[in-house]
Amino acid sequence: MEKFTSHTGVGAPLRRSNVDTDQIIPAVYLKRVTRTGFEDGLFAAWRNDPDFVLNREPYQHATILVAGPDFGTGSSREHAVWALQNYGFKAVISSRFGDIFRGNSGKAGLLAAQVDEKVVQRLWDLLEEEPGAQITVDLESRTVRAGEGPDAIVDSFTIDDYTRWRLLEGLDDIAITLSHDDDIAAYEQRRPAFKPATL
Amino acid sequence: MGRTLAEKIWDDHVVRTADGEPDLLYIDLHLIHEVTSPQAFDGLRLSGRPVRRPDLTLATEDHNIPTTDLDKPIADPVSRTQVETLRRNAEEFGVRLHPMGDIDQGIVHVVGPQLGLTQPGMTIVCGDSHTSTHGAFGSIAFGIGTSEVEHVLATQSLSQAKPKMMAVEVEGTLPEGSTAKDLILALITQETTGGGQGYIVEYRGEAIRALSMEERMTICNMSIEWGAKAGLIAPDETTFEYIQGRPHAPQGEAWDEAVAYWRDLVTDDDAHFDKIVRLDASQVTPFVTWGTNPGQGAPLSATVPDPESFEDPIEREAAANALAYMGLEAGTPLRDIAVDTVFVGSCTNGRISDLRRAAELIKGHKVADGTRMLVVPGSVRVRLQAQEEGLDQVFTEAGAEWRGAGCSMCLGMNPDQLTPGERSASTSNRNFEGRQGKGGRTHLVSPDVAVATAVLGHLASPADLEPVRATAGV
Ligand code: SF4
Repeated sequence: MEKFTSHTGVGAPLRRSNVDTDQIIPAVYLKRVTRTGFEDGLFAAWRNDPDFVLNREPYQHATILVAGPDFGTGSSREHAVWALQNYGFKAVISSRFGDIFRGNSGKAGLLAAQVDEKVVQRLWDLLEEEPGAQITVDLESRTVRAGEGPDAIVDSFTIDDYTRWRLLEGLDDIAITLSHDDDIAAYEQRRPAFKPATL
Repeated sequence: MGRTLAEKIWDDHVVRTADGEPDLLYIDLHLIHEVTSPQAFDGLRLSGRPVRRPDLTLATEDHNIPTTDLDKPIADPVSRTQVETLRRNAEEFGVRLHPMGDIDQGIVHVVGPQLGLTQPGMTIVCGDSHTSTHGAFGSIAFGIGTSEVEHVLATQSLSQAKPKMMAVEVEGTLPEGSTAKDLILALITQETTGGGQGYIVEYRGEAIRALSMEERMTICNMSIEWGAKAGLIAPDETTFEYIQGRPHAPQGEAWDEAVAYWRDLVTDDDAHFDKIVRLDASQVTPFVTWGTNPGQGAPLSATVPDPESFEDPIEREAAANALAYMGLEAGTPLRDIAVDTVFVGSCTNGRISDLRRAAELIKGHKVADGTRMLVVPGSVRVRLQAQEEGLDQVFTEAGAEWRGAGCSMCLGMNPDQLTPGERSASTSNRNFEGRQGKGGRTHLVSPDVAVATAVLGHLASPADLEPVRATAGV
């Protein structure tokens, strides 16, 4: 996984709450057996609408998505994260994320930055008033910055310490766990014998 | 201080704990299906890692499986590739697989309990959010993403931050004519889709105790629909009875040992819950959704709500968007909504008790003209059991379609899809935009409401049906 320290890019305002993973990528697009090529399915139902934010310049080139509360609820499909990444997104900002989506993002290297609802509102306003405005998400200091002058938006975002550390270091989760192989083996020794097995 | 049921199970699975790190939890059972696993197996191959415990892993094919023409190869080449990829991976890594055509094939959350692999006090994961279903047995069960699937395959463990604890106290008794599905839909509307976020939820109270095992699965299945990490119910005699004698149930001394352990799996009286919500079961009536998330629901006797009636601006906008998508007008009685397709099935309501109930209600009635009804068993065994009991005939005589087992129209990855604008009453768990097919409009309902709706052609409950005249003619 690539290290993530800070990213600056064009923001796209997605003025919707409860954007579930079926919206992010519908089931019919989940049939690929790779981690790539999912960008076509991203927000598939809305992409037909010429007014949809990602169909408009300069939002088309956005790398940071600013969405309403409960983004990524529903299905566990990590394809939702891959579709966002395949399209070019590096970070999603929302006031609340679906649990599994947030977990998947952390594993796949997409930053899910949780901010106060007011910050989302201010970012939306800024991005609509100044299309193409850039946002910076700085993982080191856990801050989100956008705009200039007295109206500049500077606020903190939350992300759990462990995910932050892994993203900053670009670490493979499995390798970390395998370094605790002794602990796993010891646990297996003391597991009750009545637990079921499939083979 | 005492511990909650979930805390006890959690503690019993901690492999390693360290300051500032999430706990490393051991996983007792890893369920796999074709959609969320190919990239995980690829990852293993790339790094030369084996599956650590194939004996704690089980794969089945469900999401893409067609429910007609079962003797032919899957027509959609992309679906076929996905299924074949699972078969290759299972073979290569030594994982037990129940493929199409196998007697134990079916929806992963129906198959686990049916085989007796789902037992109390376990940790169970699957690359599928409705893994919460297995919590009905008193286990911590939750959905994971593909990176985590790879992690579990490689290490049989998962690092997890401990969620907060919530109790849902359901007192009172469900009235005649109300079902577990109505109860959970009413709860989600009360708590909203984000209400359970960050929590493991324990469903408790008189009304929960009174539920059968399959009804408990319906409740726990939908935990994710209000954002909960997992939902569970303390095991009791109902649970033990359900498990005993199943292929993977412990036997002899192991059974006694297991039951002794299971009996301790209850929340201590002095345990602490971070949050407690309450619901009075006696107030629950047939419940349906009108919107595009499972929290947008109302009693069947109500009307489509006016978006302006929502105080929260975000909810108001969400309601307005939902009505536009659903093609509904505020103020319309829910009972006036005409339905094109009725779907009975899914991991929420596709088990044998659901089909028995639906068959009993539809007997002697006919599916309304202009409405189609699909009945899709949750597994091959459910299908065979139903056929043995003649339920398939009851359905086909009523004009419903009797199909093969799988996820089917719950998510429309196979050919069972709604067309744009088509409206369904569905016993599944998600009414998201396009969930059952692009442009499709979904109302979530219980099997009871599904049957009455099929017969009358509009949303209805069994109480709306004319009593069937005795065949002897009166
Ligand atoms: S029946 Fe529906 S909810 Fe259940 S596993 Fe299949 S697709 Fe998911």
